[in-house]
Amino acid sequence: MSAPLLSILDASGVAGVEAPLDVAATRLLYAKMVAARAYDRKASAMQRQGRLATYAPFEGQEASQIGGVAALEPRDWLVATYRDAAAMWMHGYPWKALILGRTGDERGGMAPEGVNVMPASITVGGHMIHAVGIAWAQVLKGSDAVALTYFGDGATSEGDFHEAMNFAGVFRVPVVFLCQNNGWAISMPFERQTASETIAQKADAYGMVGVRVDGNDLFAVFSATRDAVARARGGGGPTLIEAVTYRVGPHTTADDPGRYRTQEVADEWRSSRDPLERVRLWLEANDAWDADWQEGLEAAESEAVERAVEEAEALAALGPAEIFGAMYAEPTGPLLDQLAMLERDSSA
Amino acid sequence: MIEAINEALDIALEDPAVVLLGEDVGATGGVFRVSDGLQQKHGADRVIDTPVAESGIIGAAYGMAIAGMRPIAEMQFMGFSYPGYDQVISHVARIRNRSRHRFTAPMVIRITYGAGIGAAEHHSESAETIYAHIPGLKVVVPSTAGDAKGLLLAAVDDPDPVVFLEPIRLYRAVKDDVPEGRYTVPIGVARVAREGGDVTLVAYGSMMKDSLIAAEKLAAEGIEAAVVDVRSIVPLDIDTIVGSVRATGRAVVVQEAPRTAGYAAEIVAQIQERAMYSLEAPIERVTGWDIVVPLRRAEHLYVPSPERIVSAAKRTLTA
Repeated sequence: MSAPLLSILDASGVAGVEAPLDVAATRLLYAKMVAARAYDRKASAMQRQGRLATYAPFEGQEASQIGGVAALEPRDWLVATYRDAAAMWMHGYPWKALILGRTGDERGGMAPEGVNVMPASITVGGHMIHAVGIAWAQVLKGSDAVALTYFGDGATSEGDFHEAMNFAGVFRVPVVFLCQNNGWAISMPFERQTASETIAQKADAYGMVGVRVDGNDLFAVFSATRDAVARARGGGGPTLIEAVTYRVGPHTTADDPGRYRTQEVADEWRSSRDPLERVRLWLEANDAWDADWQEGLEAAESEAVERAVEEAEALAALGPAEIFGAMYAEPTGPLLDQLAMLERDSSA
Repeated sequence: MIEAINEALDIALEDPAVVLLGEDVGATGGVFRVSDGLQQKHGADRVIDTPVAESGIIGAAYGMAIAGMRPIAEMQFMGFSYPGYDQVISHVARIRNRSRHRFTAPMVIRITYGAGIGAAEHHSESAETIYAHIPGLKVVVPSTAGDAKGLLLAAVDDPDPVVFLEPIRLYRAVKDDVPEGRYTVPIGVARVAREGGDVTLVAYGSMMKDSLIAAEKLAAEGIEAAVVDVRSIVPLDIDTIVGSVRATGRAVVVQEAPRTAGYAAEIVAQIQERAMYSLEAPIERVTGWDIVVPLRRAEHLYVPSPERIVSAAKRTLTA
């Protein structure tokens, strides 16, 4: 019943089969992963300085996020979660908006016009059905766009996972489900989420294709997602991809993993199964990597985060009229009354 | 009222962006036949029979709305809508705010509600308050066939999500004149259903018919009751209600739902805030009780009756 693990690029940077991307494309995606990691580390650091609200780091999951979204066209949709900043950025969501959200500002939920990325889902599991609805609408509108949704192993325990998968299967909706199985849902290990050996095998129950890939293998994630997107776009229905990875960091900056797991496993994933290092080795072997280039990339992205935080901090917080101003297309009478009450009693 | 809602859905479906989805809405035309004939006319891809999954229905409709459609989701009974409630409160009602207008969910959630037909357990609930309590939603409830058609078409046109409550008991019990063709009844505007200078009865949906009967009974005793049909619970047109109460000095607020924290309490509070000094008597509430709706044989003890409304009105006149 369990699904085999698709792996292309091993931890030593050797591709077992032909790479699905050429050197130039791989170098580009590697640069995206480097940028994402720089953002992630910088955001965690700035949270510790008290400049950002709680932050959910994605370190170790860069290949799952960059590799998956790399298979999308700009017209496609992305519906992801609070741990998927790299995926959202890869599909056009600016770091600045992501940072603005982390400073505690609703304007962080505004994707630029034309960027089909939903604000990150904070509740667990409820968003997958949204991707189903979005993808279904494409069919009804005669568009060939598809939707990709990211979620974690914890989300597969929610009833909404079942409803989303079931609807997608019944109506053969052009949606791709990408589960980043990072082993942990806050403190609960994978074994507490399911008695299934794999997430991928659950696809069988919904009449869709299930694929299990090494989530730290950029080539494997890209290859599986590219195939799933093509299947969806061609009318072949949905796919469930399980990207097996590991949350090497805490659940969020408010979490202390030492209370529920030993650090050795995370350290082992960080040191020997890092998703960036194996691509770096492959690029190096193909004469397409050097340390100066990498250093420049990291510095630029880190600086970009610093600037985004400064710009967010310089932006005036939403005022009374603004917090009432986006509940409806136009504020209702009762809301205007309540705004007047706030202003009256705050100035008294 | 059923034919009026059917007409409204039929007219709404002329817009290719509109789809109707829910359990049994297609081939059977809905358990109450509200969507009778619509799948045959508009196609199975637009009048969509879904799996039995309320969260899935609302969540999928929401996704469609995000992507530019105008979905109408049906919840077969209020008592079955709760699995979909998380989608409403966590996603549908807040996307405009959490994206600062970038994404919106122009969709209608139709929910049948109310007791009085002796149905099975879970088929008689009036939980409008839990929807009214969600910021970002509009909640409307018609009590006439004409309003049902016009409010539903207004809900479909609305740029924000609207919960459209359908009082089961009035489905076949009200048969007022329904204008032909497309028209809308504005959301957020109450209706004075009956003029009267002695006491104001405030009601909505399923309670309107009995409130009007109560007004006739009071009239037979020489008491003229004004009856205000709230129509739109959110946003509430408090001005129309308060305008009537200022003239009569007495108010009875009627709801079918359980008493505690019901929507009548909100109306009472707002009358008190705005018209305290016009009141000649304490405001009365006539409500269901804080009990599970009794099954068929004792159901009549729960649902507010014209007699209970008359008694409450008289108390305001003798206070």
